[in-house]
Amino acid sequence: MIRLVGILIGLGFTFVVLLAFVTGAYTWSTEEVAETAESVFHETAHGPEAGYSFDGPFGTWDLAQLQRGYQVYKEVCSACHSLNYVAIRDLEQLGYSEDQVKAEAASFQVPGINPDTGEDTMRPALPTDYFPSPYPNSVAAAAANNNAIPPDLSLMTKARHHGSDYVYSLLTGYQEVPAQLREEFPDATPAPGLYYNPYFANLNLAMAPPLTADGQVTYADGTEATISQMAQDVAAFLTWTAEPQLIKRKQTGWPVLGFLLFATILAWLAKKQIWAGAKRRKD
Amino acid sequence: MSFPWAKEYTPKHPVMRFFDEKLPLPRFVYNAVGAGYPVPRNLSYFWNFGVLAGFFLMLQIVTGVVLAMHYAANTEVAFGTVEHIMRDVNWGWLMRYTHANGASFFFVVVYIHIFRGLFYASYKPPREMIWLLGVTIFLLMMATAFMGYVLPWGQMSFWGAQVITGLFEAIPVVGPPLKTWLLGGFAPDNAALNRFFSLHFLLPFVILGAVILHIWALHIPGSSNPTGVEVKSESDTLPFHPYYTAKDGFGLGVALLVFFTFVFFLPNALGHPDNYIEANPLSTPAHIVPEWYFYPFYAILRAFTFDFILPAKLWGVLAMFSAILVWFFLPWLDKSPVRSGHYRPLFRKFFWFGLIPVMAVLFYCGGAPAEEPYVMISQIATAYYFLHFLVILPIVSSIERPDPLPFSITEAVLGSDDEAAAGDAAPTAA
Repeated sequence: MIRLVGILIGLGFTFVVLLAFVTGAYTWSTEEVAETAESVFHETAHGPEAGYSFDGPFGTWDLAQLQRGYQVYKEVCSACHSLNYVAIRDLEQLGYSEDQVKAEAASFQVPGINPDTGEDTMRPALPTDYFPSPYPNSVAAAAANNNAIPPDLSLMTKARHHGSDYVYSLLTGYQEVPAQLREEFPDATPAPGLYYNPYFANLNLAMAPPLTADGQVTYADGTEATISQMAQDVAAFLTWTAEPQLIKRKQTGWPVLGFLLFATILAWLAKKQIWAGAKRRKD
Repeated sequence: MSFPWAKEYTPKHPVMRFFDEKLPLPRFVYNAVGAGYPVPRNLSYFWNFGVLAGFFLMLQIVTGVVLAMHYAANTEVAFGTVEHIMRDVNWGWLMRYTHANGASFFFVVVYIHIFRGLFYASYKPPREMIWLLGVTIFLLMMATAFMGYVLPWGQMSFWGAQVITGLFEAIPVVGPPLKTWLLGGFAPDNAALNRFFSLHFLLPFVILGAVILHIWALHIPGSSNPTGVEVKSESDTLPFHPYYTAKDGFGLGVALLVFFTFVFFLPNALGHPDNYIEANPLSTPAHIVPEWYFYPFYAILRAFTFDFILPAKLWGVLAMFSAILVWFFLPWLDKSPVRSGHYRPLFRKFFWFGLIPVMAVLFYCGGAPAEEPYVMISQIATAYYFLHFLVILPIVSSIERPDPLPFSITEAVLGSDDEAAAGDAAPTAA
């Protein structure tokens, strides 16, 4: 009985799903699937040719690069983008001394309360403060940016596939709208206030090209500030902001795996020894 | 225990004798995982995965309790507290990555455990209750994992919750009010996040309870084995300790090597980048996908695209739940007098060339966008899935002629049962 009911239910589901298959296959074979501009022109993110110092299981931070990247963030990106989850004290991890971090903190103004009157006021930031947002709230951010709120950058490189490469590709990927796109997909050409970038999901990005000229920032360490250099430095910096523990994580992994390998070999030898007599064992 | 030759615990040390009289805990351990539990001597490494599942359950509970100390279930701060754990809590990143990947590995080992049971027909009498409890554990795991994924309050958390709770809307009449009642609102929000946290903390202990029943039920008939022939005499068995404790120890080492490779070097490989974007009810991600371990069932859900009497969405929901519920009936759908797939030539073909590739296809299609040709492929695969369990299995199991079984486990291992007896006298005999 249960098998009969089962067979009927099984055939029922099969019938319905095959009906869906037949209608779907009919639609698929008769209707042309329209290509979209995204499917033709979107490009996969790629990193700088030399790669990053933090790539791979043995990667390490390049502190000089992270400091340069921080400079690019501070002088360019921070005009519009917040870094909400990063505290100023975290900069010590980039190789700055405690005093340097204190001085750096004091260069930011953050909202505070006047201790005498209780009124809202601004005060110099302390290392324990988080990086201040460029806008007081999301409405202000939208109003200042043609309704496109600049996203927080703290986690950007983890919030996209191959995030470090994505940031680099996006920053260096602005280009003229291809003639082919204008011709074949006139609707997909950037509206006013949008910029063509094949690395962005829908190709049209509200952010104006932020890195426009070589030498836009002047690096303290004398590195030549080409657009590609600035882009990879800030991508490295944002990889650090997204996961400050990245290198510690990889470096912790090796001894853990080494210990486990040793323990597993011991466990295997123990198992072998214990089972050696089992073939002929009879209790 | 149930085997007539299961060894009686006889404490030697006076302290153990004292304990055993007042509270027979040593006796319990001895009979559960000690030398007092005789286990078939021929278990393959596929029998390691039950212990591994138990390990990952405990790992999830331990890391989860620590994470709960630092997490706050409030939509205003939930995402931020997760980042606080990642950045400021000592070894918080390790706790969270272990917990997130631990969920994935829990599902990996449980899927292997389940498909081991399917191939060796471990669900057949006298082990039906073990199987029923196992499927129940799997359902509880799915509920727990789903709610856990909502807690970081990222984009996939929010939209996954939206999609999954939206399934209840497909139920006629009571669906929409039921969804509102479950969520405590019209969409996932603070009320939903709070109750999901509460239940996500509770359910693992319910799972633990079900696991204890699962193991208890296992100890009545004892473990199954790759031949499917029941234990006939003591020579068919080995004591759990030290034989299987040693084997499980080695298996655990290998599993942890793979697991911690993910935790330390690929911690986000099994997750979705969108969940590092804070939940935003006004911005829908391009592709909403659940966690990878739900992909096959998500593919089945989306395979139903045609309104046949009932709305397509309702068919999808019914099929998705039926896809798991059908497992409950396997002990009665499979008529074969033989358990193990090794001795069931036709059953074995359908398992290796039907069910396993179809599951792989469903895994793939569940993660792919809801576009052609993925939908058509998952429709074919879904059709086979139901045919396999509900039509092919009952019919094949009644018509096929199984291969001859070995007389006993000992014969299967040693070639002949006599040889086992002779083995002691002449140790050179193989």
